[in-house]
Amino acid sequence: MTFRVNGTDFTGTPRAGQCLRTFLRDLGHFGVKKGCDAGDCGACTVHLDGEPVHSCLIPAFRAEGRDVTTIEGLAQSNVLHPMQQAFLDAQGYQCGFCTAGMIMTAATLNQAQRADLARAMKGNICRCTGYRAIDDAIAGKCEIESAKAGEGVGHSVPAPAGPAVVTGKARFTLDVAVEGLAHIKLLRSPHAHARIRAIDKSAALAVSGVIAVLTHEDAPKTAFSTARHEVREIDPDDTLVLDTTMRFVGQAVAAVVAETEGAAEEGCRRLLVDYEILPAVFDPEEAMRAGAPVIHDKGPEARILDPKRNLVAEIHGGCGDVDAGFAQADAIHEGTYYYPRIQHAHLETLCALAWIDEGGRLNIRSSTQVPFLTRDELARVFGLDAAKVRVFCERVGGGFDAKQEMIVEGIAALAALKTGRPVQIEFTREEQFIAATTRHPMKVRVKIGAGKDGRLTAIEMHVISNTGAYGNHGLPVLEHACSESVSVYSCPNKKIDGYAVYTNTVPAGAFRGYGLPQTSFAIEQAVDEVARMLGIDALEFRRRNVIKEGEPMIGAQPSPDDVIFGSYGLDQCLDLVDEAMKRGDGERAPPGWRTGTGTALAMIYTVPPGGHYSDTSIWLGPDGRYAMTVGTAEFGNGTSTVHRQIATSVLMANSADIAFTQSDTDHGGHDTGAYGSTGTVIAGRATQLAAEALRDMLLDFAATHGGTERDTCALGDGAVICGGKAIPLAALYKAARSAGIDLKAHGTTNGSPRSVAFNVQGFRVAVNPVSGEIKILKSVQAADAGTVVNPMQCRAQIEGGVAQALGAALFEEVVVDDKGRVVNPSFRNYHLPAFADIPRTEVLFAQTCDTLGPFGAKSMSESPYNPVAAALGNAIRDATGVRYHRLPLKPDRIHAGLVAANGNPKT
Amino acid sequence: MDLNTITEIARPTARNALPAWRESDAFLGGGTWLFSEPQPELTRLIDLSTLGWQPLQATADGLEIGATCTVAQLDAFNAPATWIAAPLINQCCRAFLASFKIWNTATVGGNVCMSLPAGPMISLTAALDGTAVLWAQDGTERRVPIADFVTGPQRNGLKPGELMRAIMLPSTALTRRAAFRQISLATYGRSGALVIGTLASDGAFALTVTAATPRPMQFTFDALPSAHALQSRIDEEIGAAGWYDDVHGLPAWRRHMTLHFAKEICDELSGAAR
Repeated sequence: MTFRVNGTDFTGTPRAGQCLRTFLRDLGHFGVKKGCDAGDCGACTVHLDGEPVHSCLIPAFRAEGRDVTTIEGLAQSNVLHPMQQAFLDAQGYQCGFCTAGMIMTAATLNQAQRADLARAMKGNICRCTGYRAIDDAIAGKCEIESAKAGEGVGHSVPAPAGPAVVTGKARFTLDVAVEGLAHIKLLRSPHAHARIRAIDKSAALAVSGVIAVLTHEDAPKTAFSTARHEVREIDPDDTLVLDTTMRFVGQAVAAVVAETEGAAEEGCRRLLVDYEILPAVFDPEEAMRAGAPVIHDKGPEARILDPKRNLVAEIHGGCGDVDAGFAQADAIHEGTYYYPRIQHAHLETLCALAWIDEGGRLNIRSSTQVPFLTRDELARVFGLDAAKVRVFCERVGGGFDAKQEMIVEGIAALAALKTGRPVQIEFTREEQFIAATTRHPMKVRVKIGAGKDGRLTAIEMHVISNTGAYGNHGLPVLEHACSESVSVYSCPNKKIDGYAVYTNTVPAGAFRGYGLPQTSFAIEQAVDEVARMLGIDALEFRRRNVIKEGEPMIGAQPSPDDVIFGSYGLDQCLDLVDEAMKRGDGERAPPGWRTGTGTALAMIYTVPPGGHYSDTSIWLGPDGRYAMTVGTAEFGNGTSTVHRQIATSVLMANSADIAFTQSDTDHGGHDTGAYGSTGTVIAGRATQLAAEALRDMLLDFAATHGGTERDTCALGDGAVICGGKAIPLAALYKAARSAGIDLKAHGTTNGSPRSVAFNVQGFRVAVNPVSGEIKILKSVQAADAGTVVNPMQCRAQIEGGVAQALGAALFEEVVVDDKGRVVNPSFRNYHLPAFADIPRTEVLFAQTCDTLGPFGAKSMSESPYNPVAAALGNAIRDATGVRYHRLPLKPDRIHAGLVAANGNPKT
Repeated sequence: MDLNTITEIARPTARNALPAWRESDAFLGGGTWLFSEPQPELTRLIDLSTLGWQPLQATADGLEIGATCTVAQLDAFNAPATWIAAPLINQCCRAFLASFKIWNTATVGGNVCMSLPAGPMISLTAALDGTAVLWAQDGTERRVPIADFVTGPQRNGLKPGELMRAIMLPSTALTRRAAFRQISLATYGRSGALVIGTLASDGAFALTVTAATPRPMQFTFDALPSAHALQSRIDEEIGAAGWYDDVHGLPAWRRHMTLHFAKEICDELSGAAR
C-alpha cells in the first residue's frame, strides 16, 4: 500500500487492525500523540485529505492513497503555519502534549467555527491551561515579551521549548525510536481481594512473539512504596513489583513481555490464574471496624500504623479547648462534606522505556516528576548500586503529582533486567483510571463556632481519608489536609482528628493540592455558613479571623518550626477579590436563573516538609556561552523558562546564550523532585545561587586577569566589563583555561526554612432552578506569589489550577461499584472540562516580595486549585439557599438538592 | 486504538461479495466506536465503505440515508424548503458528545446500530418515523421502525450477520413542525435527555424521548394533548423504574427534564399552530 504523509510517499502494510495513529508513529511521526486512544481527547488529530480526524479511530488501511498531514508537515518550507505561530505568540500550551492536536484542529476551522470555539474545540482536551491561552492563540493575541540581556525576572518571556512544541518535535517519553524494542502488558486482577494460588504460564509462553512472562516469582521481594519522598520512611513499604496478594481490581498480576503489544496482550489473555478469593472492604469506616478484612497483614517493618484496623496513619491534635470554645459561640455550623475520588488525567499516560546499556547499567527513560528518587528506590528494590541505575526524562506530558510515584518503572526495570531487551510500558487510558492513582477521597466532618463579634471560638475537624489498597502518600496527604486549611485561621480552640485507611479500591496518591482541596472544601464552606448565621460578609469574616503576619500557624500540630512568614499577602488577596466582585462586571445571568456569589481562601506552605533538595550546575563554555543542568523536571509547570530567566538576570545574559538540560540523574547532584510546587522556589533558588557563584567567579577572575579592581568589573551581554574595557566571555574562558581554572559553579538548596503563599477565589454564578445547570458569570482569583518571575506563565498556572479544580467541582468522579470496579474508566464517561466548560478567570497578584524564594518568588502551582470548589459551593448556596456537601456539583445533583429543600420544582 | 486480534479485513464491493458471517466478525462503518474500545473477541472486519452506498437520496417520498453516510455528510444536507422538520438534522448532529472531527468519520448507521440511549441519530430517525432497511445473510431484506429497532442500551434487533443498509425518513414526517430539547450534565456533554416533538398538518402529535430512557420511547396523539395529559402518559408508560441510570444523569433528573421539555414542546407547538 502507498501512503502519502506530509507530501512524501511511503510504501508499507499496516497490520489489519492497526489504527492510523500508531502507523504514523511507526513511520517516525512522533508528533501524533496518544492521549486516550479512544477518540475523546483529540491529541492524535491529523488531516486526512485536508479534513481533521482523530487518527486513533481511523483504520490505517483506509489512509491508502490519501493525503495525510501531521503536525510535522503543517509548516511549509520551514515557515510556521499561522496557527503554530499563534500558539507561540499566545503561549497556548503548558506541557505541550495536547498542542499538536489543538493546532491541527484549530488550523482547519472556518470563520463560523472560529466564532463558536466552545463547540468547534470540544473534541480537544487540554488538562493544563484551562483553555484561556488557547482561546487567545486562536484569536491571534500576542502575550509574550522579548526580553533584553539581563532582563529575565519579571518578564513574560516565552517557554524555550515553544518552537519544538508547536512543530511536534518536542520529545516526550515515548517519542524515540528504539531498535529491537519489546513491549510489556500487564494482566490485571478481576478481584478486589484475592490470593494467587498458581499461575499457569504455558499457554502464554506459547504465543508467537512472547519473550517472557514475569510473575511474583520473578520479582524482587523488597517492599517499597510507589510514593516518592525525600524521606522514604514517611510512606509504608507495602508494595511489591508483583505481589501474591491482589488488593484491588486492576492490580498487576503478571507481566507479559513480547515483540509486539498485540502478542503481549494475547499472552495476558492466555494466562491461567488460580485465585483464592478473599473478603473485600470498600468503605474506609467499615475497614476500620473490628472484624473487617485485613488488607495488609504486615509487620512493623512495613511502617503501617495499625494493620489490623487497616490504618495507615492517624493524626490527633489542635490547641485550647473546643468544648469551651463552642460554649462561647453564638453561631455554630456542623456539617459533613465529601470529596470524591478523581483522576489527574494528565494526557501523557504513565510510561517508561528501560534498557541495559553497554556498561551494564540500567537506564530508565520515564514520564516522571522524580527521576532522582526513582533512581534511588529502583537501586534499593533491585539491590543495585545507585551508580548502576540512571533515570531521566525529557518533556513530561502533564503530571499534577501523579508522577510523584514509581508505578511503571519497577516493572520496566524487571523486564529489562530479566530479558536483556529494551522494553516499553505504556498505560492505556483505562489503566490510568483503574490502576494508577487518584486523589484521596475524604469524608470531612467540621464544626465551627464564632461569636457575635465575628471571631472564631472553635474549629473541630474529623477527617477520614481513603488511601485505597496501598498507603502511598497516605500519611503526608492526611497531614497536609489537617494543616494549612485550618492553620490559616487564628482561633484559640482547635481539635483535629484524621485517619488514613486502606480499602480494596484503586490506590490514592499525590494530586495537586495534596489533601488541602478536600479539607478546604469543608472548612471554607463551614466558615461561609457561620458568617451567614452571624450576618457578616464572608470576606469580612475571614479578614477578622485569618492569621496575621507573625501569628502562630496551628493545625493538627503547631506549624513546624521552619515555616516563617517570608512575606504576607493574604490581606491584599482578600481585598483584591472583594473589589473585583463588587465591580459588577462579568456575564449576565439568563432570565429566570438565580444568582449568587461565593468566595474561599487557601494558604499553602511554599515547600513540603522534611527537606527538599535541588542542585544546579552552571558553567561558561569555550564559545562564551553558558550551560546549566538542573534536576527538576518540566511537565508544563514552566520552570525551565523560570530557570533561564533567573540565570539571565544574574548573569546579565541573553536567554539564548544559556544552554539548559534537566532531570537526568547522570547530571549528578541530587534533586528531590518537581513536586510540592518547588520547581521555582527550591530548584530556582539553587539556580540563583549557582548563577551568583558563577558571576562572582567570573568577576574575580576577570579582575585578576585584567589587573583591575573587582568593583570596576561587571557582567554584560557576552562580556565582562572591567574598568570600561570589555573582555569577551570566550576570551575569558580561554584565559581561565590556560590558568587551569574551571569557570563552573554549583548551587544547592535544602528546602528550609519555608514560607507561606495565599490564594483567594471569588465566583458569581447563576443556577437554573429547573434544570440545575450552573453558569459561572464571573471568576476571579487573587494570588500571593511573591515576586512574579514570569507574569504570563504564573497567570497561566493559576488559570490551569482553577480549571482543573472546576473539573472536580462540576463534573469529575471515578465511580467504584459494589465489587470495587471502576465504572467509568474513559474520558467519555469521566467528563474533563472542555473549552465550553471553563470561564475566563481574572487573575490578580498581591504585591509582596518573599525573603526566601529566588528574587522574592513564592510557589504557585498547586495552591490555585485549593479554594475553588468551596468558593463555588458558597456561590451556589448563595444562589439557591441549598448547601451542597458532596462534589461534583452536577445539574442532576443540584436538582436533587433543590427538590430535597423545596419540594419538586414545577416541571 | 489498535485492534490487535484483527487478522483480516474484507472489503466487499457488492452485496453478493459479502463474506459468510462468522461470530468473530464485525461490520466496519466509520470505525469510531469499534476502534475506541478493545475488541479482543473480533478477528475480522467487514468494511462497508467499499460497497459504494449513496449517502443521501432525497425523493418525493422522503430521505434515504445510506447507513455509511457520515454525520458530516448528513449535517451538510440541504433539505427542500417543504421539509420543515429538517433543522432537527443539525440539532441532532450537535447533540453528539463527539466533535465535528468525529462527524467526518462516524456514520449514521453506525450510531443507530451502537444503540446507546444517547445516540442522537436514533433520536433523529426515531422522531422522524424512520425505518431501518436491514440486509440479512440470506440475501433477504426487512424493514423495522427505528423506534422498535433499538431495544435497550447497546441492544437492537440485528440478527447475527444482518447489517443495516439504510434508513428511510418519510416526507410525511419531514414536513411536520418540530420542536427539539436536549440537556446534558456538561455544556456540550453526552445527552441526559433528548426530547423531540412533531406536529402534523392534520394535528397529529408525536413526542419521542431518547437519552433519558434505555431505548427510544414514542408517544403519539391524534391531536396535541395538554401538557398535563402528555406528562401523565409519559410517566405512566415509562414507569418509575424506566428512566436510564448511569454517570450521565440521575434517573429523577432525567424524568424531571423530560417532563419539563414535554411541556415546553407542547407550548411551543401549540403557540404557533393557531
